[in-house]
Amino acid sequence: MKHLRPVNRKAQRIEASITAAQASSDQPSTEEDIVALQQAPRPHVPMGCTLSFSPGWEVDAGGGTAGLCQPVERDIYDCYVTCFWPVQVPDHVNYSPDWASNCAVATKDWRNLDLVFP
Amino acid sequence: MTTMMPITTARYRRGEMHAFQAADSTFMYLVSAGAVFALDDAATNVLARLDEREMPHTELVSALVEGGYAEADAEELIRELRLVQGIVSDRVGRAPAPTAPPADFPLQALVLNITNQCNLACTYCYEFGADKIATPAGKPKYMTIETAKISVDFLLEQSKERKAVHITFFGGETLMNFKLLKEVVLYARGAAAAKGKTIGFSLTTNATLLTDEIIAFLSDNEIGVTVSMDGPPELQDKHRVYKNGKGSYAVIEPRLRKLIANHKTRAITARVTLTEGVTDVVRIYRHLKDEIGFHEVGFAPVTSAEKRAYSLDEGGMDSVLAQFHELADEWLDYALRGQMHGFTNVSETIGELLQGVNKSHPCGAGLGLLGVGPSGDLSPCHRFTDADTHTLGHISTGIDQDKREDFLSRGHVEAKYDCQSCWARPLCAGGCHHEAFVRYGDTGHANLHYCDWIREWTDTCLKIYGALSALNPEFLERFAERKALS
Repeated sequence: MKHLRPVNRKAQRIEASITAAQASSDQPSTEEDIVALQQAPRPHVPMGCTLSFSPGWEVDAGGGTAGLCQPVERDIYDCYVTCFWPVQVPDHVNYSPDWASNCAVATKDWRNLDLVFP
Repeated sequence: MTTMMPITTARYRRGEMHAFQAADSTFMYLVSAGAVFALDDAATNVLARLDEREMPHTELVSALVEGGYAEADAEELIRELRLVQGIVSDRVGRAPAPTAPPADFPLQALVLNITNQCNLACTYCYEFGADKIATPAGKPKYMTIETAKISVDFLLEQSKERKAVHITFFGGETLMNFKLLKEVVLYARGAAAAKGKTIGFSLTTNATLLTDEIIAFLSDNEIGVTVSMDGPPELQDKHRVYKNGKGSYAVIEPRLRKLIANHKTRAITARVTLTEGVTDVVRIYRHLKDEIGFHEVGFAPVTSAEKRAYSLDEGGMDSVLAQFHELADEWLDYALRGQMHGFTNVSETIGELLQGVNKSHPCGAGLGLLGVGPSGDLSPCHRFTDADTHTLGHISTGIDQDKREDFLSRGHVEAKYDCQSCWARPLCAGGCHHEAFVRYGDTGHANLHYCDWIREWTDTCLKIYGALSALNPEFLERFAERKALS
């Protein structure tokens, strides 16, 4: 570093880790870089969204069902039909318009609801 | 495909820091890490601009270019400051802080309270005085050799992979159970050697019971000695008295001279308690260091509830701090000449600043350090000995992990709301658990009564550190191995 001089052990360790990181990668522009999901304001992710693609396995971001934005009994089908948010469920609006086309009566045809591969 | 676009342009502001001047240079003490960096003029310039207001990247670059820097140089400067978090963007949040304290933290030190009996009756004593939390009724007054041996084995076992461990003997008056101390030292040396570990010893005493035999033993066995003592006769005898009210100075003075003359293997330290009327820091220091001959002298204000007769009031604290500054200036003069000064309060902080410590807890109590009472009860440290409210298990059954976790969770700096905006928290972490309990009834309460004092003192030590890093950096290396003495 040119402008900063580390003068204690911790500062020396910070400098060493920066030097090591720079040696192993090209330097991108520092402007507008985004570090994972750490930027603020954070993107709005509804608490209710399921973390899984497979039907019948809907859990909220905390791993439970209390935070699902649809009641668990109606779960994934309501996400499919009514929700525009592009997350990990079959999405009528964006990705999988035909997901439920083989399932006329859910109690009889639910086996036709397949996994989705985005 | 959706691309994630920045919603607003990133704006820079200063990172959390304490900037200070020393030896004609500017330094920053970074709170998130405990790191100290010296800044050149360009970096100082950036921080000054951001002190006025937040600025977006492009504007900051143009301002620097207008000020005469090449654009590439300006980009590099901003990059360096960002990488160490001297400046931060409003778009990047704080990294999550660690939460739960480690449950299997290896032990490093035990404080053995080998007796809760004392031959003095110092009026301000936290163990026997008005603010005592100990409940010794019905418990043993002296530790037995069985309890002590189990404690040694416990320490060696619980220290896991650590190569070096430490035992501090404490009281009551430690030397009232010297017979046990002797046996424990011999036993512990053997037990440690059998496990391939090294073991060190120290003790705290009021010095009234020192004899030639004891001094020879302490020197031969390289046992560090801290003497609780308040200064010249009229100050020592104000509070440090026998039960009949007689002062203790005349008794300890000849013993101290013998101790310092004959104990050559470890530093002999005085530990002074400052109280109402005992605030002549400089005079006390001169007496203990120059006239008696202690190697080091450390000072701490008495621990007490708010309005005890012996408590230091604000005026008293101001006077103490003014004199601390006088000794601190002297410490720096010595250091610039390459000489060690004996003012412990500076030396301790310099040692911590050199490492760049960033504490989750104010001290090792309940982590690497535990206290053992005469009964074998475990406590966070010696200050909680015999206090039923704070036992953390028993030496025969081990650590009560639930209680320990409760203690450590309360004491974690992240749990102290008031500390979150303070730049001195990497070193202070809210201050002594015991003092907080006496003041506020909760070990997890920040010690708000001395915040201003801590910040002022930390700033003073940072300036000393900065000056030395510029003018005599080799001297700082002497503090690389320093261990906390308290």
